[in-house]
Amino acid sequence: MATSPLFIHLDQMFIILRDWLVGFLPAALRPAAGVVLGVIAIVCVFPGLFALTTVFERKGLGRIQNRLGPNRVGPYGLFQPIADGIKSLTKEDIVPLSANAVVHFFAPLVLVVTVFMGFAVLPMGRNMVLVDMDAGLLFFFAMGAATELSVFMAGWSSRNKYSLLGAMRAVAQMISYEVVLLLSSVAVVMITGSLSLPKIVAAQNTYTGIFPHWYIFTPWGLAGFVMYAIAATAETNRSPFDLPEGESELVAGYHTEYSGFKFALFFLGEYLAMFSISGLGTTLFLGGWSAPFSFLTFIPSWIWFFSKVMLSIFVFIWMRGTLPRLRQDQLMNFAWKFCLPFTLLDLIVTALWRFMGEGWLRWVVSTAILAAAYVVMGRAGMRSEHFGPRRYRYAE
Amino acid sequence: MNATETKSERLDGWNRPPVIAPDGEGELLEVAMGPHHPSTHGVFRMDLALDGERVVRLKPVFGYLHRNHEKIAEQASYLASMPYTDRLDYICSLTNNWAYALAVEKLAGQEVPERVQYIRVILGELTRIQNHASSIGFLLQEMGASGTPLMYAFKEREKILDLFESLTGSRMMCNYMRFGGCRVDVSATWLDAARKVVAGLPQFVDEFETLLSSNEILMARCQGVGILRPELAVNAGVTGPMLRASGVDYDIRKVDRYGIYDRFKFRVPLGDHGDVYDRYMVRILEIRESIRIVEQALNDIPAGPIMDPKARIRGFRPKPGEAYGRIEAPKGELGFYLISDGGPNPYRYRVRPPSLINLTVLEDMCLGSNVADVVLIFGSVDIVLGEVDR
Amino acid sequence: MLGEGILKGMAETAKNFFLSYVSKERLTTVEYPEQRIPTVEAARVFPFLVYDGADWEAGLRCVACQICEKECPPKCIYIDKSKDKKPDYVGKQQFYPTRFDIDISVCMSCQICVEVCPFEAIKMDNEFELATDDRFGGLRYDRKQLARSNDYYHSIHPTEASEVDARLDEEKAKVEAKAKAAAEATAAKAAAPAPPAPPAGGGS
Repeated sequence: MATSPLFIHLDQMFIILRDWLVGFLPAALRPAAGVVLGVIAIVCVFPGLFALTTVFERKGLGRIQNRLGPNRVGPYGLFQPIADGIKSLTKEDIVPLSANAVVHFFAPLVLVVTVFMGFAVLPMGRNMVLVDMDAGLLFFFAMGAATELSVFMAGWSSRNKYSLLGAMRAVAQMISYEVVLLLSSVAVVMITGSLSLPKIVAAQNTYTGIFPHWYIFTPWGLAGFVMYAIAATAETNRSPFDLPEGESELVAGYHTEYSGFKFALFFLGEYLAMFSISGLGTTLFLGGWSAPFSFLTFIPSWIWFFSKVMLSIFVFIWMRGTLPRLRQDQLMNFAWKFCLPFTLLDLIVTALWRFMGEGWLRWVVSTAILAAAYVVMGRAGMRSEHFGPRRYRYAE
Repeated sequence: MNATETKSERLDGWNRPPVIAPDGEGELLEVAMGPHHPSTHGVFRMDLALDGERVVRLKPVFGYLHRNHEKIAEQASYLASMPYTDRLDYICSLTNNWAYALAVEKLAGQEVPERVQYIRVILGELTRIQNHASSIGFLLQEMGASGTPLMYAFKEREKILDLFESLTGSRMMCNYMRFGGCRVDVSATWLDAARKVVAGLPQFVDEFETLLSSNEILMARCQGVGILRPELAVNAGVTGPMLRASGVDYDIRKVDRYGIYDRFKFRVPLGDHGDVYDRYMVRILEIRESIRIVEQALNDIPAGPIMDPKARIRGFRPKPGEAYGRIEAPKGELGFYLISDGGPNPYRYRVRPPSLINLTVLEDMCLGSNVADVVLIFGSVDIVLGEVDR
Repeated sequence: MLGEGILKGMAETAKNFFLSYVSKERLTTVEYPEQRIPTVEAARVFPFLVYDGADWEAGLRCVACQICEKECPPKCIYIDKSKDKKPDYVGKQQFYPTRFDIDISVCMSCQICVEVCPFEAIKMDNEFELATDDRFGGLRYDRKQLARSNDYYHSIHPTEASEVDARLDEEKAKVEAKAKAAAEATAAKAAAPAPPAPPAGGGS
């Protein structure tokens, strides 16, 4: 059924549309025009998703807290982002007198531009990657590192010691977790043998029976995914790692001195970074655009990709609604003393998996090593920091 | 900032000399947290001197909410002060009323009927439950849990406040206790509604504990933070859950046995370490104990009058003398000291505010911790500015 | 195991998320002003003056004894006593207030004025949507604005109003019984046999 012409057309709908539009131009201009159309599509779709996500976040947090979210502006509050956008556009744009105006102006732009660049290599459906690079993963991480530059630009240009402290903390946090992020994706590269994201998806797009070969269903893949998810939460400054932008802390954060539309751009950049990191996580571990069961492949691939990304966003919102935030030094301790050793161990287990050959033995060995390491390291970490559950006594 | 600048040229608005680090190298960062701050529980200021991230000095500055309560009471009659006591610790108005009524009853030598004692216990313990729930909710809100535990706590608190409204007419400013009794009688329908509310409370506490007490992030942030040693607590006059979390067994309900508390079976939870996590857990365990007390009281409440027959509403002139009445308020020992000279107004009226006395050890608890922890430690003291400033 | 508490907490919030769609008890939001919580009978906001009958001036129960003015803690009641008197509900001649102002921006809804009034003349209202943009006097209510009929009092506090009415009827009955007894006594005296006529000059 998945091979019938209707479903193939649905699946390749956007490619067919692009080819038709580009066909109006002379042959020399066609590749460039195709890329331009793809860029326009990305620039329209992802900010639209951002608008929807802001509403869903507020409504989701509301429902978690047993209250309604915004529901006055439009049906079920769905026009709320329009109201927020108008509000941020009409606010006065205040630039501090002693600030470095050029750097202050470019910081949000650098953030938004580098985050958009990361979308260029994500395969959003079958044949639907904007640029098919051989080293796509490397390009993505390079762009991700460039976002940290904008954070520091924002903090430094404000000439406000609290903003600078907040920016330095944010950069330190992002750099530490960048290492964990990279190493957990190296495991995937080791098994696939390629840095190209479409090839990674293609390697996961096979099925035994009805079950797919997604990497999350392997022990090393699950461990890698958990580490990737923790690192992704810290990279995008989301709860429980959102100390740089916490409201009840003393140090106000790197975007204190921004108001109006520039603040909205920071907000946009942060959410787009969330989308792109979720997109990468989906590609690496959750099989990208492939369907979860072999009988569901008739549903178009881009629907699967976006559903998985939205599911990850929902998990982000869920964590934000539940967990208190970690203190800065506890955050860094966690990254360097737990996440990094565990990720390195995961690499070793991945290598073991690769060279042990097919069979039940490699499953048992990998699972045993990873589970034992997790439990032992977790206990050791908690004991060294002197915390754990307690019993209470009553007076006589 | 160089050494040749004189004190008067320093532009910090207060013209104070800069604070020098303990090792003599350079100045410390001086920051004022508040009075406009999302996590200072009201208008309260803390002047911090920071060495990097660590707190070297902390001076609390309060008085932003001073309303001359004690002076007004010298000019208003005894009854007219009762609504003002609602506004001291504005979250727990009924226990404030009770402490004041207790002090005046001691002064005037009045007896209180049995039914009223039971009513007072029921309302006092309900007040304790809703105060602890709200205080824990706010502590977690400051920790960054984006208001989820706060909303759950407030949902239960709303049910209790609805009970107060149907009995006293007002959710928070209850003005219900009178000298020698209380204002209106509780009806059978109210008692049934109260039983229903109390029946739903253990499930709420269980849900709360599932959400939070074994949460590793909460443990990491609260354990070992803001330790208060028991000797220091006793010397500074700290009372309430803070004292019991440091391990000192002192609960005025067990010590003084005021009212009819000796008829109820309840336990007093104690902590061992005196850190923020212990204070949080002691409050949760106290909610459970209060639920037990309310259930027992609702079962045993007798019929009877609700006012001392010899009491007078107008023209109340107690004989000259003095009295100190204290109760175990949710925040600590709330006491009223009254001196009467035989007139309709008290000669001296003094409130012993537990929040203020508990705040005196704030600096000792916060020295050496991070700035992020100061917010938590301050939240765990559980103050209300209405009481601190009166 | 590390992370167990976090997962338990997240399961708890997920349960709340899904149950808030299903159970009415979980989602307790009331969308004011389209939906309102019904007011409780005992609720108190600001005082009002009760009058019996249809004419608010003639039926006003307040006799300007000024007890509530003296007992009010923030002293927000301002009363001027009249010079003449008018009859009250039992017919006795009483003073009445020519001015009875309450400054509701000062009033703290403590209900002490209601407790100390010996004439059941001032009671608590439960209307709270009283915002006005008139800063100078908009929140100072005079006696015309404060007067509400006894039927209104019944509609907002039925049990209390019935008790008050019972008490007042009892008072009235007592006064009437006394008046009747006194009238009977004088009537009996007047209807008693005439005193024996003085002896006439001659017999007839």
